[in-house]
Amino acid sequence: MSTFVLLTITGLGLGAMYFLIASGLSLIYGLMGVLNFAHGALLTVGAYAAWWMSTKIDGSAGVKLLAGALFGIAVGALVAALIELVLIRPLYRRPVEQVLVTVGLALVLNALVEAIWGFDARAFPVPTWMIDTTSVLGASIPNDRFVEIATAALVLGGLTAFLRWTRYGLIIRAGVENRAMVTALGIDVRRAFTLVFAIGGAAAALAGVLSGVYFGVVDPSRGTSLLIFAFIVVVIGGFGSIGGTAVSAVVVGLIQQYANYYASSGLGDLAVVLLLAIVLLLKPEGLSPKVAH
Amino acid sequence: MTRLRPFLVPVALLAVLAVVPLLSLDIPVLFGGPLDTPGTLGLLALCLVFAGVALTYDLLFGITGLLSFGHALYFALGVYLTTIALTKWEWGLGKTLLVVAGVGIVVPLVLGMISLRVGGIAFAMVTLAFAQAGQVLVQKNPDGLTGGEEGLGLNYDAIPDAFVGVLNTRNLYWLALAYAAVVFLIVRWTVNSSPGHVLKAIRENAKRVEVIGLQPFRFKLLAFVLASFLATAGGVVWLMVLGTGASPQVTTASFTLALLVMVVIGGAGTRYGALLGGFLYTLADQRLGSLAGSSTIEKLPSVLETPLSEPLFILGTLFVLLVFFVPGGLAGLGARLRRVRT
Repeated sequence: MSTFVLLTITGLGLGAMYFLIASGLSLIYGLMGVLNFAHGALLTVGAYAAWWMSTKIDGSAGVKLLAGALFGIAVGALVAALIELVLIRPLYRRPVEQVLVTVGLALVLNALVEAIWGFDARAFPVPTWMIDTTSVLGASIPNDRFVEIATAALVLGGLTAFLRWTRYGLIIRAGVENRAMVTALGIDVRRAFTLVFAIGGAAAALAGVLSGVYFGVVDPSRGTSLLIFAFIVVVIGGFGSIGGTAVSAVVVGLIQQYANYYASSGLGDLAVVLLLAIVLLLKPEGLSPKVAH
Repeated sequence: MTRLRPFLVPVALLAVLAVVPLLSLDIPVLFGGPLDTPGTLGLLALCLVFAGVALTYDLLFGITGLLSFGHALYFALGVYLTTIALTKWEWGLGKTLLVVAGVGIVVPLVLGMISLRVGGIAFAMVTLAFAQAGQVLVQKNPDGLTGGEEGLGLNYDAIPDAFVGVLNTRNLYWLALAYAAVVFLIVRWTVNSSPGHVLKAIRENAKRVEVIGLQPFRFKLLAFVLASFLATAGGVVWLMVLGTGASPQVTTASFTLALLVMVVIGGAGTRYGALLGGFLYTLADQRLGSLAGSSTIEKLPSVLETPLSEPLFILGTLFVLLVFFVPGGLAGLGARLRRVRT
């Protein structure tokens, strides 16, 4: 029983990270039709920015982590907004080229991180209370799992509220459903594009920070390896749907953990791939229809 | 004479490339030593292999319009199955190649039938997922077959002596050249055949192909199996040329992305473009690394030196610039220059 609880909460923690990456990907694809391959690189850049900031300031690990996280999120949002303004916007109406540019950008950003900080993993500041464990139903759970789950839940709540009750949220939801109609009504959707990219970049950077806490270190290949699973989460959840993304992130995280433990290590990844194949063959449009809610 | 005309340029190019190992020309900067030295020939052979593999990807992406993110799987299939059969099961070369060829047709046939049920981005994701499964399988190292992270060394006993050792680099070069030439011929023949016209039509408008009364699925499957089979063959040639063994790096998504970059740099859907892109990308990837250690770059201030020492930074930047300013890739650039002159 205690193993099951540990697996479940760890799976939820992993799902929380997947959700943070996948939510941005999903919104960007849903609204703009751009499959952002640079999203993993944004995660890496955010994580390294956070690590860099934490080495520059004095204080306890908690202060370092908080300052680093804020800085990393700001950098992630800024870089993502710049990418949208400088590289994606001029290629409006050329969707294949937009995808290609993000592929090139992923190469460039990853190479840049490797050139500046090398291939070695860097120790991330993790406060001791996050490494300590709490007993839940007989299982000792590292506290950072709760931080990850709570953060993702907050982001999910915040994003849902933003999409539902603000004017920009309304424009984004309408844009996902029918971009041409929104433009025809005289609303400049392009500003929403930049906004969505910035939100996605911030969420990816936050995922980077959390992955630093989860694994204890950051390394240049982190973004790429998480990105593939984020893609799978987005496809299963249905593009453009935040709720669908959250559900599928949790499902993918849990299946991965259970299969890795109960079947055999490494089988979790295969199980997720199998799930994707099944979902796509049964419901090619994903679990939720293309509506942001 | 006029009937032979379209063959003039490729045959002349092939002839020039075939005599390269006999020349002792020294091209500075581009290569580390004279053309007939094993180091340079080995590098050129690698470039030729990737020219061919890039062309197999172009058959999918540029010609049929299928954006696959899992092409690495079929290349890796050739690399790993050959290495495992020769090293672990100690089969002969003939039996190994036959089995690899058989598996190289059956696997893409089965996976293609599944993944081609969806189109566009979903197709890209399914192929990515299948390739990811392949990567996990290699990493997991079942029964110690694949060697996991370490890769697997190749057993040379079954390989003919003519293709083993530094002294025989020349033969390996010719093997790589033959591979690229055969891929080119097959792709050319396919594109000019009547199924090839349907492939191009599918890229332009699959719905209309259906309205005319043809089933796009069958033709897409044909292109998928053919491209994957040729990529598997490329994996076998790569294994011979490199002469070390299988490494898990060929199973990664980055490997497929590199193929995509090659094709786009050269010009998607133009055949010559993909060959050129594959060749130049590999050359740049290999040579920029050694140039980075050179004195010219080291003298630069660190703001410039740090990024310029990463080949992928330069290639990625070049790639983005090409996508922006030269939409047809290098082949498109050539066509545009010709138009300006006339």
